[in-house]
Amino acid sequence: MKYLLLFFLVVAKSPAWAQSPDALLQKVRARLDQINDYQATGTMKTNVPFLKVPEAQVTVYFKRPDRLKIRNDKGISLVPRGAVTISLNNLLRGDYTVLDAGKDTAGGQTVKVVKLLPKDDNADLVLSTLYIDEPRLLILKARTTTRENGTYEVEMSYGKYIANALPDRVVFSFNTKNYKLPKGITFDYDDGSAKNPPAGGAKGSVEIRYSSYIINKGVPDSVFQ
Amino acid sequence: MWTLLRIELFKIFRRPRTYIPFGAIAAMILIIQLGLKFDGRSYLELMMSSLSDSFFIPYNMIMNGYLVAFVILNTLLIQVPLLVALVAGDIIAGEANMGTLRLLVIRPVSRTRLLLVKFFASVVYTVALLVWMAVLSLFLSMLLFGTNDMMIARNTVMEQIRSSDVLWRYIAAFGYATVALSTVAALAFLLSVFADNSIGPIVSTISIVIVLTILSEMRIPLYDNTVKPWLFTSHMLAWKGFFYSQSDGQGAAIPGSVENLPAILRSLGILLLYIFGFVTAAIVSFKKKDILS
Repeated sequence: MKYLLLFFLVVAKSPAWAQSPDALLQKVRARLDQINDYQATGTMKTNVPFLKVPEAQVTVYFKRPDRLKIRNDKGISLVPRGAVTISLNNLLRGDYTVLDAGKDTAGGQTVKVVKLLPKDDNADLVLSTLYIDEPRLLILKARTTTRENGTYEVEMSYGKYIANALPDRVVFSFNTKNYKLPKGITFDYDDGSAKNPPAGGAKGSVEIRYSSYIINKGVPDSVFQ
Repeated sequence: MWTLLRIELFKIFRRPRTYIPFGAIAAMILIIQLGLKFDGRSYLELMMSSLSDSFFIPYNMIMNGYLVAFVILNTLLIQVPLLVALVAGDIIAGEANMGTLRLLVIRPVSRTRLLLVKFFASVVYTVALLVWMAVLSLFLSMLLFGTNDMMIARNTVMEQIRSSDVLWRYIAAFGYATVALSTVAALAFLLSVFADNSIGPIVSTISIVIVLTILSEMRIPLYDNTVKPWLFTSHMLAWKGFFYSQSDGQGAAIPGSVENLPAILRSLGILLLYIFGFVTAAIVSFKKKDILS
């Protein structure tokens, strides 16, 4: 009897007892599918070695199936290519082969790692790695490799809108190329101070902190044009 | 002094050739505006080519009045010194050429005062030229292209300034440009003292400015830290410093800040020293000069 009890305890704790990556992904997807559209306001901070831009007030619009727009009504915001994946709904669209890649840590906690391989050979997406908080069915981190735009990473923190699986904070990281213009074109003022040119090919990131969401209240198509 | 200044200004603005630079500036600005209106995107694509792979670039928003004005100033503030020299180089030599200089110095006005008035008249002309440039390059561009945040392409950095943070920078830049162009006016004024014909000082000033500008843009070890910091042309571009912002620890621009204000003030001080030196040298030479024409 003692051994039987021990056996059940071990089995209950074992990964084999945990849900399959496919089932987990379906549950996460079902949760995200409750969102048809949203309009979120927040601040966007760009951290790219060769860009010096002020923090911007932005509105992020999303509409199913895959439309996303980041708009700065009071000025200009340079939006990184691939930023469409800050909306996880976009990331999970399509047919994938889902692979279990074990456990890892993200956002300071242990998470389930799931890899997505698109079934369509011509898809832009090559590989997606999702770091999923299993008990809460939340994606905390996603790393995506595409044919066109290289590899980028999205990290999410949840707070007020956790019930809708919408993050309070998103950090989108991406690779950048060198930026350099000849001095003969820019005619820069040389103030005599020692300059440390930004490292070429460095990583850049954009952080959006959301202050509010308007969920499933409709977003006009004209916003995305 | 005021009466003398009014007389000098009357003499300057009475001559038709005084208005040639105003016409030239208007023509150049309108041509640049026209070019950017119809093909500004190509210009932006060139400037932002290395960014377009990583970012969606809203070209139509970036091509706005503030950027157009910056492009114009970038182009014209290299040519405008030549236009300033047209008047400042003529202010003494022109009198000598016409044979009125001797008549002028026999009046009961000291030579120092006479020269100071003539120099101030050149400065007033320079300011008028800059105001004209500001109206056309900035305000007309704002009217034609609208306003938005301003993007500035530097050698290794791309800067963005909020639209609400731009105008004061232009005011500061035009203020600085007044001093920078007054330095050229002072040089032409000094050379004008030594000539009996205005062509000489005008051409000499233009040549000096061109040669020194080339030297200011060259990068040669040793020379960079010894000679270059003392060329006045190295400091004429410091107006641009007002458009460079400081950044916080994470690289974001701090609105309302200037990246290196002490360096701009140092450049300003050097230009003021040059003006003082040129004008003093002109007065000393003129006082010793035996005027025969």
